[in-house]
Amino acid sequence: MTTIRIPPVLRETVGGSRMLSASGRTVAEVLDDLFASYPALRDRVTEGGELSSFVNVYVNDRDVRYRDGLATPVGEDDTVILLPAMAGGSR
Amino acid sequence: MTTTPTAVRLVSAVDAMKLADAGYRILDVREPVEWNEGHIPGATLLPLADLASRIAEVVPELDTPLLLHCAVGARSARAAAYLASIGYTDLVNLHGSLADWRAAGGAWEAPEQLLTPAQQRRYSRQTLIPEIGQAGQRKLLDSRVLLIGAGGLGSPAALYLAASGVGTIGLVDDDVVDESNLQRQVLHTVDRIGQPKTSSARTTLAALNPETVVVEHRERLSADNVERLIADYDVIVDGTDNFDTRYVLNDAAVRLRKPVVHGSIYRWDGQVTTFVPFEGPCYRCMYPIQPPEELAPSCAVAGVLGVLPGIAGMLQANEVFKLLLGVGETLAGRLLMFDAMSTEFNEVRIWRDPACPSCGEGSPWAAEEARDR
Repeated sequence: MTTIRIPPVLRETVGGSRMLSASGRTVAEVLDDLFASYPALRDRVTEGGELSSFVNVYVNDRDVRYRDGLATPVGEDDTVILLPAMAGGSR
Repeated sequence: MTTTPTAVRLVSAVDAMKLADAGYRILDVREPVEWNEGHIPGATLLPLADLASRIAEVVPELDTPLLLHCAVGARSARAAAYLASIGYTDLVNLHGSLADWRAAGGAWEAPEQLLTPAQQRRYSRQTLIPEIGQAGQRKLLDSRVLLIGAGGLGSPAALYLAASGVGTIGLVDDDVVDESNLQRQVLHTVDRIGQPKTSSARTTLAALNPETVVVEHRERLSADNVERLIADYDVIVDGTDNFDTRYVLNDAAVRLRKPVVHGSIYRWDGQVTTFVPFEGPCYRCMYPIQPPEELAPSCAVAGVLGVLPGIAGMLQANEVFKLLLGVGETLAGRLLMFDAMSTEFNEVRIWRDPACPSCGEGSPWAAEEARDR
């Protein structure tokens, strides 16, 4: 199983979890497995079947945009990080 | 067999100069601060307090001819008496002041004064660090750092930047101090609720370091004022709470080639990175299109642990120091993520996007930068 890190702004869509596990051989498969359990996450991470431009996806420390996007291979020991733009400061 | 302690000879400045020419080794027993203001070239600095512990290493041979001096001859008399008592045999004390030595035409070396004696005392703990030294401290004193936001991230950053002697700190904020800020915005105090944050911050920073000039920009950063605001600063610290400001700042900073130290926080999580235009990625390389504002809930909506902006803001200050001093590895090209709930740091790599509308190959500012290079 691949570990997925859920960023704070997306935790409400997965019942508050910080880390989840899912199976799949590519980013797309892992995400689909995750979306099956947490449908609300799909709309926040993808748009029209593609990755949302507001959410970066990393396999370990590499941005999949600079690899093969949704087709980027994922191993059992890899960590997928979902990282939406975070603007929050403190006023 | 007992030996009689050697008598210490007292000589005038003129005679001392002759002995120096004849090969006497000169020991200056003053303090480093005095030494830094000027000394006899070729002399060895060995402060009186360190004499007992270091003399054997500095002057291993007991019969080395030694000419001792301090500022006026008192400390060096004590040093000479001590050296005689432990067996040094050829001891001369300069009887008189260093002013006499210089008046007599003795050689003198006064380095360019980078710091005043007061600055040397105040910043001594950091000038001791090899990567900083007096030259680095001088750089900090001559530096100008702009903080966008005098709130949760700006507070710790401003405190440490001022404490360490960053010469000018600009603060951009149009807000006033609210009671709910005090849980994390440690620049402000209860008695300053209702005051503009910039003036409250100035009061705190002036008390901490009167030498730091605090410039208040009591306005909200926007496309209309951004270039005027950032133009005169060396490094920008971004601690705002919305995408509008972050994208406006990013594009102007790329255009004016100003490094931006980015920090953002949400409840228990923080992110810090450094954008150095045309050397590393910019904010648009990470997120090319500005997300809708509802994806950036502010602390007022989402809540935040007080210590979180403290940690993130301090990491930002750390980046500023490296940028100003030109030392170490910054977070350029790396996004550092801090999870306070599990006390974990993680990082991901961020790349310069050749297609970035702001700093990519097609951008007019990139062409301009390439021309100037």
